[in-house]
Amino acid sequence: MTPELVIIGILTSGIRLATPYLYAAIGETFGQRSGVLNLGVDGQMLLGAFAGFYVAFTTGSLELGLLAAILVGAVMGLAMAFVTVNLQAEQGISGIGFYLFGLGMSELLFKMLLGTVETVKGFPSLHIPFLGDIPVLGEIFFQHNVMVYGAFLLVPVAWFVLNKTTLGLKIHSVGENPEAADSLGVSVARIRYFTIILGGILSGVAGASLSIALLNVFQQNMTSGLGFIAVALVYFGAWRPWGVLAGALLFSMVNSLQLWMQVLNIPIPTEIAIMLPYILTIVVLVITVSRVRSPSALTKPFDRGE
Amino acid sequence: MRSRLDSLLDALLPVFATFAALGVGAIMLFILRVSPVEAYGALWEGAFGSTNAMAETLVKATPLLLVGLGICIAFRASVINIGGEGQMIIGGILATQIGLTFTDWPGWLVIFAAMVAGFLGGALWGGIPGFLKAYFRVNEILSTVMMNAIAVQVMNYMLRGPMIDPAQAEKASKIPQTARLLEAFRLPRWAPTRLHAGFLIAVVLAILVYILLWRTTLGYRIRAVGQNPHAARYGGIRVRRHIVTALLLSGAFAGLAGAIQVYGVNYRMITDGSASGFTGSAGFNGIVAALFGQLHPIGTIPASIFFGALLVGANKMQRVVQIPSALITALNGLVVIFVVSSEIWRRRRQRQRLSRDETDDAPPSIAENINTSKEEGSA
Repeated sequence: MTPELVIIGILTSGIRLATPYLYAAIGETFGQRSGVLNLGVDGQMLLGAFAGFYVAFTTGSLELGLLAAILVGAVMGLAMAFVTVNLQAEQGISGIGFYLFGLGMSELLFKMLLGTVETVKGFPSLHIPFLGDIPVLGEIFFQHNVMVYGAFLLVPVAWFVLNKTTLGLKIHSVGENPEAADSLGVSVARIRYFTIILGGILSGVAGASLSIALLNVFQQNMTSGLGFIAVALVYFGAWRPWGVLAGALLFSMVNSLQLWMQVLNIPIPTEIAIMLPYILTIVVLVITVSRVRSPSALTKPFDRGE
Repeated sequence: MRSRLDSLLDALLPVFATFAALGVGAIMLFILRVSPVEAYGALWEGAFGSTNAMAETLVKATPLLLVGLGICIAFRASVINIGGEGQMIIGGILATQIGLTFTDWPGWLVIFAAMVAGFLGGALWGGIPGFLKAYFRVNEILSTVMMNAIAVQVMNYMLRGPMIDPAQAEKASKIPQTARLLEAFRLPRWAPTRLHAGFLIAVVLAILVYILLWRTTLGYRIRAVGQNPHAARYGGIRVRRHIVTALLLSGAFAGLAGAIQVYGVNYRMITDGSASGFTGSAGFNGIVAALFGQLHPIGTIPASIFFGALLVGANKMQRVVQIPSALITALNGLVVIFVVSSEIWRRRRQRQRLSRDETDDAPPSIAENINTSKEEGSA
């Protein structure tokens, strides 16, 4: 295989692999910007991945599968919102609870309803006219499936909503100073419900992107902690969608590189390659945390004091 | 009188939460067309039905208790340690290496050295996030999660490379596992069951952690930092140093759990590529047990036995009514959610008796001062 082909291969699968990180981390960005840390992303992803796969497998419709993942994610988000907003539960720990619930529940349903590892024919690649025909770049960027394009489109959309709309302003104010937002007539609870449910939906979609668009199988614990990385990417990206994109690409590219190293039998321990992005994340956290401020009300429940 | 009623209610909250979770589980079973009575009956039978079942329950409880003790210490300092999985792994690796290296040492010495190595390994793995939190304001939830992922890769690398069983290295299959520990290096067992001395060690340590937290200056300072870092600093306590200490100790207990898992149960390290393959998710379930035990070392003992019983009983349930044991993981998640959600009632009652003296040792309501790192950095 020529070096050019290898490099194109690494970049192409790097773009593909960024998909689940992007959905999950952009969803988490909304939650954190409004002051809620959702640590249950991985559990929501697993349930979304299972729901998407199971419905697509039984009905034969990928669209219905995606819809199921969205619904499951929304229900999980709703539960999380009730627990963190109304019951003011500690967010980090209740997130771990939701993670364990999703982890156990998805495995339980998988074993009871499917029993064995099945496959589906996932979303087909969509060759974009003209752009997809550009040599090299077309292959790297414009010959993916619809879930991949959706993930990358989500970044500018999230940026726009968070920075250029009234809704974004409200989310920001609720995350920075809920008391002030409340006194100005913004419903802290309603905004947080919105961001947490949106986060749940996007986590569900992130899971489905694995099970019906990228890998096209469901296995127990198939995310293997990807949702936790998504949470870290939000810090990594300093609560900005473009920063999250950079982090997601870093992770997916290193991942892709490591997969290709295995394919090409390069004698570097893959464990070290897999480890690198985690170490890098810690280093980046050390560097950025001192410069970038997190939303002031992050992890703090809001009590109107009635 | 009333405050006694209050603390009784506080202590019962997790019990209510568990019944609620089991209730939800019963509904789930019902939907899956399995009789909840039969399923929970099998669960009970599997956990307590025979001497052997009870021994297995205690074997499962041991790592939960050790990790849970570490969680008690960390949470009392308002530090969240989600890194139990990684700390167990590093502790296990170091402890195993001791047993593989010093094969000519007497058994008791190797076991002792291995426990110390496990303790130190976990301390290192918990201390790094502690240091980063105290001095660089890096959120410990994230850094401990990262450290878990790194530890898994360290384990996979060590077991596929430097530490691989020489017998496996020669085979084509190359199962990633170490050689077995010598007979003399194994923790004593209560034959014919698999119950080992590690459980006893854990119970003794629970008492020591209680003494540490409530009868020593260090413990007082750790709790002061957790209750109110500003007041603690005003009182001359070095807040940052105690945050590091709390995570260091917390990791150390998880590391010890890893060492005991090797020397009491498996007698070798083997990896399936994931953290839970070695830990059995004790790093997470230990958090559940500690929360259930009201973040009190002594309360964590029965809590660990309870969750150990659930894990052991789940296997029996799987055999008898064909319900995958993953149900228990899901129920554990619900217990956590219900326990932290029910904290709101405890906080309300606490607020009601605000005027009364603050001598009770209710844990710092976790929600209130977890996010203190920001202010610390600017101070």
